[in-house]
Amino acid sequence: MSSPPEEPSTPDRGDRRAPGALEKQVWSVLLAAERPLTTGEVRDQLNAQGPPLAYTTVVTILGRLYAKGLLTRTLDGRAHRYAPASTPEGMAASRMHQALAGEGDHAAVLASFVSDLSDTDEALLRRLLGGNG
Amino acid sequence: MRIAVFLPLLLPLLAAWGATPLAHRVPPRLATWLLTAAAAVLAGCSTVALALLAGTAALRIPLLADLERYSLSVVARDDPASIWVALAAGTLLTAATLAVGRVATRRARAVFATHRHTRALPGSDELVVVPDPAPEAYAAPGRPGRIVVSTAMLDALSPAEQDALIAHERSHLAHHHYRFLAAVHLAAALNPVLIPVARTVGYTVERWADEDAALAVGDRPVVAHAVGRAALAGRATAAPSARPALGLGITPALPRHAGDVPRRVAALLTTPLLTVRRGWLLVAVGVVLLAALGTLEAQQDFEALLELARHAVTR
Repeated sequence: MSSPPEEPSTPDRGDRRAPGALEKQVWSVLLAAERPLTTGEVRDQLNAQGPPLAYTTVVTILGRLYAKGLLTRTLDGRAHRYAPASTPEGMAASRMHQALAGEGDHAAVLASFVSDLSDTDEALLRRLLGGNG
Repeated sequence: MRIAVFLPLLLPLLAAWGATPLAHRVPPRLATWLLTAAAAVLAGCSTVALALLAGTAALRIPLLADLERYSLSVVARDDPASIWVALAAGTLLTAATLAVGRVATRRARAVFATHRHTRALPGSDELVVVPDPAPEAYAAPGRPGRIVVSTAMLDALSPAEQDALIAHERSHLAHHHYRFLAAVHLAAALNPVLIPVARTVGYTVERWADEDAALAVGDRPVVAHAVGRAALAGRATAAPSARPALGLGITPALPRHAGDVPRRVAALLTTPLLTVRRGWLLVAVGVVLLAALGTLEAQQDFEALLELARHAVTR
């Protein structure tokens, strides 16, 4: 045994997928793509990974990421093509992530601010912080 | 040797059981040092004990007896461990050696990769902000170390909480917390019984950084909120935004199964541990000393056995 086992993070599936989780999925699809993708292409890739999504859902998420300045878009015919807005910081950090994921000893070197939460921890945390959601 | 050699093998069980209660009763900095030192000594002692037990099996090899000129019959008569126990110890020792080698190379490669990539991060600021819809923040050790925070993480926190987050990561870098983690992971590789101790040190270094952040921003509830909201930011629904009625000293009792993040938040919402519970300190030091003494005793007995067997040949 090398390091304490970590709880596997369970990706949310289905239509009740959390908006944040979907944003992350769309982001990783665009990061993995070698060229800018149209909304339809993004949806096809997402549907290959999980249950089918409505076209409008993907449009909304791409719009949200674009509004946050995380994506760039170009007009190609009548469709927009989206790509991750690459900053030198982002490129370098994702390279580091990939390299360390390959080493399999990621968590030990990069001390993350917070670890993954279980459902019971989430409820507990909300109670501690006194917010009702 | 019959009893002493088993002390260093059994005491790690006590350490595994006691690590978590100790972490909740001793200030995090001291707890980190104590648990890391205990894990290192216990892992070392249990490995030596396994080697001594395995050694008693090796002593029965006739070729070795001829070469080293000692009496096989004396060894067979006075051997403190049965051959099966000795063989089991040899198997465990081999597994531990292989495991520690694997963990050490993997860790060394990861540290090397981190240093290389940390140097490649653009700019010279300690803080590197990366565009990413996932809320992330971590300290990457290097020369100098860098703090990487994603835009989504900054969006989730108020300016005061962002300061707390950065102070927390700065503490990780300033106190080289990854070295403690490396030490306990190596100890746990040598002796898997110590895995709970390694996990607990993962918690105490976070607590250590939380307390440093609380000192830096001068406001414990702000740090508690930074930790809590950062954790909730990764979840489905939005994190609570309003500052609730804190500072009343009312903290919900935590259930036994509570994870690290709620525990950290709860610890920050209560008054800090200023007094050290001496009892826990004494128990921790006692366990380590007992293991060391047991190992020493076993080693001396092993040498005495060898001496006796040599003597029987020269006589």
